[in-house]
Amino acid sequence: MTAAQAPSSYREAIRESIREAMRKDDRVFLMGEDVGRYGGCFAVSKGLLEEFGPERIRDTPMSESAFVGAGIGAALGGMRPIVEIMTVNFSLLALDQIMNNAATFLHMSGGQFNVPVVIRMATGGGRQVAAQHSHSLEGWFAHIPGIRVLAPATLEDARGMLGTALEDPDPVLIFEHAGLYNMKGQLPADAGPVDIERARVRRAGSDVTIITYGAMLWKSLDAAQMLAKKGIQAEVIDLRTLRPLDEATFLESVGRTHRALVVDEGWRSGGISAEICARIQEKAFYELDAPVERICGVEVPTPYPKHLEDASFPQVAAIAAAVEAMVPAHG
Amino acid sequence: MSPPLEVQSAPAVERTHAIECLKQMLRIRRLEERCAELYTAAKIRGFLHLYNGEEAVAVGVVQALGPEDGIVATYREHGHALVRGIPARAIMAELYGKQEGCSRGRGGSMHLFDAKTRFCGGNAIVGGGLPVAVGLALADQMRGKTTVTGCFFGDGAVAEGEFHESLNLATLWRLPVLFVCENNLYAMGTRLDLAQSATDLAKKAAAYGMAAEAVDGMDVFAVEAAAQKALAAIRAGKGPFFLECRTYRFRAHSMYDPELYRAKAEVEEWKKRDPISNLESSLKQQGAILDSDLERLERDIAAEIDDAVAFAEAGTWEPVTDLERFVYSERRPT
Repeated sequence: MTAAQAPSSYREAIRESIREAMRKDDRVFLMGEDVGRYGGCFAVSKGLLEEFGPERIRDTPMSESAFVGAGIGAALGGMRPIVEIMTVNFSLLALDQIMNNAATFLHMSGGQFNVPVVIRMATGGGRQVAAQHSHSLEGWFAHIPGIRVLAPATLEDARGMLGTALEDPDPVLIFEHAGLYNMKGQLPADAGPVDIERARVRRAGSDVTIITYGAMLWKSLDAAQMLAKKGIQAEVIDLRTLRPLDEATFLESVGRTHRALVVDEGWRSGGISAEICARIQEKAFYELDAPVERICGVEVPTPYPKHLEDASFPQVAAIAAAVEAMVPAHG
Repeated sequence: MSPPLEVQSAPAVERTHAIECLKQMLRIRRLEERCAELYTAAKIRGFLHLYNGEEAVAVGVVQALGPEDGIVATYREHGHALVRGIPARAIMAELYGKQEGCSRGRGGSMHLFDAKTRFCGGNAIVGGGLPVAVGLALADQMRGKTTVTGCFFGDGAVAEGEFHESLNLATLWRLPVLFVCENNLYAMGTRLDLAQSATDLAKKAAAYGMAAEAVDGMDVFAVEAAAQKALAAIRAGKGPFFLECRTYRFRAHSMYDPELYRAKAEVEEWKKRDPISNLESSLKQQGAILDSDLERLERDIAAEIDDAVAFAEAGTWEPVTDLERFVYSERRPT
């Protein structure tokens, strides 16, 4: 029996997940810049202050390091904080706390102090907000042992990942693509926590595996649809979790399709796409019928004008063209 | 009950308590002297930051804290850990890198942790512990507890953004944090007046609207009295308190430091204010302690440290197969 569907959006789905978590567990609270009276800079937390009050929906000063560190400390002190950072670029002001404290305490303390904090932030470009608000740095964070890095692309994941992340004894970073907040869709009325361990095949195919995450999932699915018209069946994998990486899912797929294309909005050099390529050549080299290819963000600080910004990110046509070049005999 | 003693500039202190303070400071001093020897003998490696000269701060403040209070310390934290009640054995084993150490050997000198005493780490990023202390206090406040987090840091941290962010946030939310600035006049090798536009550090804290006070950090009773007063104010709900303890580090910053940045005469001048020898002579002068008492004290401490070293020597190495443990919790959500 399928539960009744209700209209929702990526933004509302996240809001509902916060609301549910706060109703369920009084250790959960939200803090960050403008999460309360302003309603969140992306309006994710709109209305939550009225429901939960200023003790649990905490507006903070513009002090990323202090309030992220306070989230870490509050987690050590038995709370289950959700810390919101406006955008990934601002998270760099809190990188010390994330890297040097959240990711290390369990290890440095020999297993005594785990840090159950959840840190959410917006990532990604496409809104003409230029070179200090548009980057996709989740690949950097995925470099760090000790944290989990999630990238919800769908409404189900926007709704479900936070709840599971709050159950996790270790620090979890959730990267919400800013371009997806307005994405509309349907959610089951009983939508709830989802697993945060596994990648998922979002479209089955037999000719090539497109490995992607976040907003690039939707561009990859559009490209796959175009390719289908030309007789190419692309399998599209949504990584969902960038650390720890679920390599089993994409390796299994590549074992069937024998071709892989990685699509990443982030920069190419040293990015998560490089890691995926390396894993494939380490573990599925003899399965490959063609070199692993990549479509990544062009390596520039994101420019403001639309035509240049568009040119700096992977687009549907480029993804489709890359696949066509990899799959010679088709049609 | 013993009659109160007038010791140095400090308030009247009971004899047994005065001797206890001396004992705690001596435990730290002797433990660290042994650490330096063991470093030279290559038993302890990596960084080793010694606290000689600053013992009155850890002893004065930590003794004033309650058993449920939290502590966030720096990489110069052996003394705080010892006074807090982490056994010398567990500290020494940690310095050896043995799995019997208080952090299983994984942290070493700069990262002593102990969940039982809420000792939330030596933090080796200057200023990095302050936001964490703010968070611990926030958790306590939200959970309706009356506990306080004692947060230690040096004058160097005052130059960090995290210091200013944390003091502001703690005051804004009236959080129960006792900020203890161990001002030893040098941020590693850079003298305070070469790093700070205004060198009165308590004034900087006061600018955030919190109660702030400077105290002679070479006088254990002065530190303790100030800490007690600060803690009472914090527990009464008056928000955080900033206590600047003016002190001095007798030894180098770390074992790598050739001390090119300060004159020997300056160090010698400060050694005249040694919190341990001054308290010893003061107690002797007042007849509160005899040479034989002191000898016994030293003997007991030496025995404790010998035992700690033997424990560390006999300790075991964590198997390499365990290398990747404690990156993530072993308990996963079901």
